Amino acid sequence: MSHYQPDARGYYGPFGGAFIPEMLYPNVEELRAQYLDILADESFRQEYQQLLRDYVGRPTPLFKAERLSKHFGATIYLKREDLCHTGAHKINNTVGQILLAERLGKKRIIAETGAGQHGVATATVCALRGLECIVYMGAVDMERQKPNVARMRMLGAEVRPAVSGSQTLKDATNEAIRDWISNPTDTHYIIGSVVGPHPYPDLVARLQAVISEEMRRQLLEQAGRELPDYVVACVGGGSNAAGAFYHFLDEPAVELVAVEAAGHGVDSGKSAATTVLGRPGIIHGSRTLLMQDEHGQITEPHSISAGLDYPGIGPLHAFLADSRRARFLSITDADALQAAQLCSRLEGIIPALESAHAIAALTALPLQADDVVVLNLSGRGDKDLETYLRELHLA
Amino acid sequence: MAPNRFKTLFARKPQGLLNLYITAGYPALHDTVPLLQTLAAAGADILEIGVPFSDPLADGPVIQQTSSVALRNGMTLKLLLQELQGVREHLPDTPLLLMGYLNPVLQLGMEEFCRLASAAGIDGVILPDLPAEEYAAEYQELFRQHNLRPVFLITPQTSEARIRRLDELTDSFLYLVSGPGLTGGNQTADHGAQQAYLQRVEALNLRNPRLVGFGIADKASFDAACRHAHGAIIGSALLRALDGAADPHQAAREFVQRIIGPPIPAR
Repeated sequence: MSHYQPDARGYYGPFGGAFIPEMLYPNVEELRAQYLDILADESFRQEYQQLLRDYVGRPTPLFKAERLSKHFGATIYLKREDLCHTGAHKINNTVGQILLAERLGKKRIIAETGAGQHGVATATVCALRGLECIVYMGAVDMERQKPNVARMRMLGAEVRPAVSGSQTLKDATNEAIRDWISNPTDTHYIIGSVVGPHPYPDLVARLQAVISEEMRRQLLEQAGRELPDYVVACVGGGSNAAGAFYHFLDEPAVELVAVEAAGHGVDSGKSAATTVLGRPGIIHGSRTLLMQDEHGQITEPHSISAGLDYPGIGPLHAFLADSRRARFLSITDADALQAAQLCSRLEGIIPALESAHAIAALTALPLQADDVVVLNLSGRGDKDLETYLRELHLA
Repeated sequence: MAPNRFKTLFARKPQGLLNLYITAGYPALHDTVPLLQTLAAAGADILEIGVPFSDPLADGPVIQQTSSVALRNGMTLKLLLQELQGVREHLPDTPLLLMGYLNPVLQLGMEEFCRLASAAGIDGVILPDLPAEEYAAEYQELFRQHNLRPVFLITPQTSEARIRRLDELTDSFLYLVSGPGLTGGNQTADHGAQQAYLQRVEALNLRNPRLVGFGIADKASFDAACRHAHGAIIGSALLRALDGAADPHQAAREFVQRIIGPPIPAR
């Protein structure tokens, strides 16, 4: 049993658990009691594998980025999650959870979304399986990620704006949880990240673990070694990082690098660098690191990237930070924008703003010429073009 | 050992109990203790003091709104507990509860919270996002030491076995969430389903009295809830009545009268 698996109550060290109101107890308990059996079930595994291959387009390539390698002075491989159907890793999770929802007999699907990638991935699988889909999205995020709002509507989902708080991912999650409280029997909540009450962090991590499973196999084929020196991924809630780290957690030779959004800078008051600014607290049903004031009120984060604009972090990542198993770095809005341009111009790949934070972090690593780095390119940047053109003065 | 004010109350008045909720620090920062006195004088039997939180997951728009006003006014858990020291001089017998989310309590420290609440003479605590299992494993002993009693929520989906477990875990009352939804919702719309649920729980012959909350907004829904329970809890509707009132105390008195006063004669 890995040190990094949650215990029976859903704890990773001191982080995790299920701090939910009684109204959610039957739904969460049903999921907790059944998720491991369903994930292990042969019919589920076959259907999941087949959809990952034929619908999502897995395995995604592991691409040796020659010009980025030259730029950073080490061998850089990009794990091309941006090539998944819908344009990001998020669909690995939604394909699994829709099959799970069917097995639980649920007819109605709700989700929260920040950048819109999880919303699109949820709307996509709901269309595929003919289930009703409602996606909650912060009103601010609807404005800054318009193409994804349009895609969700095209796919037949209803997008409901969250207008409380900072009108971003945290508030969309609040609204999704309120919907679930109000619809306690027929609805499954497809959480998009490794956050929320147990068993969600573990469920989502397991469904994203295919990323690191493929990384190991592909690296062995291409570089003759299964283990890189570094695995680098951005972290908002942390689902792509959880997937990229999963099969390396028990390999101490691999340095795991989690990249948070510094926003305007960690000391600017406009930041989303949770492991720097947060203290243990409870958000969305989980005890984790949380940005909050001295009175325990959750503070509003800031990142130019809607997918990283979250005041918490998944409990697994809080544990990885606390136990120093992973190195946490934070990257400013400005550095992420430059990295997006760099990757576009050197490799012909326009990354999502979220993934651009991971690329920018390569500068901060003490890379040696013979180091091998696998960077999880979690999503593509089409949704961010308006921001890129404006902020990089390219329009 | 201090008296169990819940027991004393339920022995004196076994039916038709009115439990009212207000958000601390609303409408104005220092309104909390004076409003509690007004509500008790007007006829409230139990009072719940809501600790405002930035992200109240189980609450509907009214309590979201009053909470954010209260936070803007400057209300904090620490300040509230300070203001409550001495509340028993004015309200010797009314059971008083603190209701709020877990995070502000944990930041203050559960032990410090219990110490200050107990010193103020608080009787019960409702923390909706503290599951009963976590309470039993971590905090039961601490609550006992400080003569505080938890109140657990049950819903139409809660199994009988679980209801009985929750009933064993406390000595206050059970909070029957009236139907699916948030505070201030329209759970009472499905009258038949609600009555069937309340009757089903009534038939379990539980140790604790049962109060019905969520969506209780007026005399009709209050009376309907009381038919198969010992009383009912009103929050959002009262807060709506206070919203923008020139004199919140007058508005509070009138609200209580509309719930428990004599029927208004037809003109």
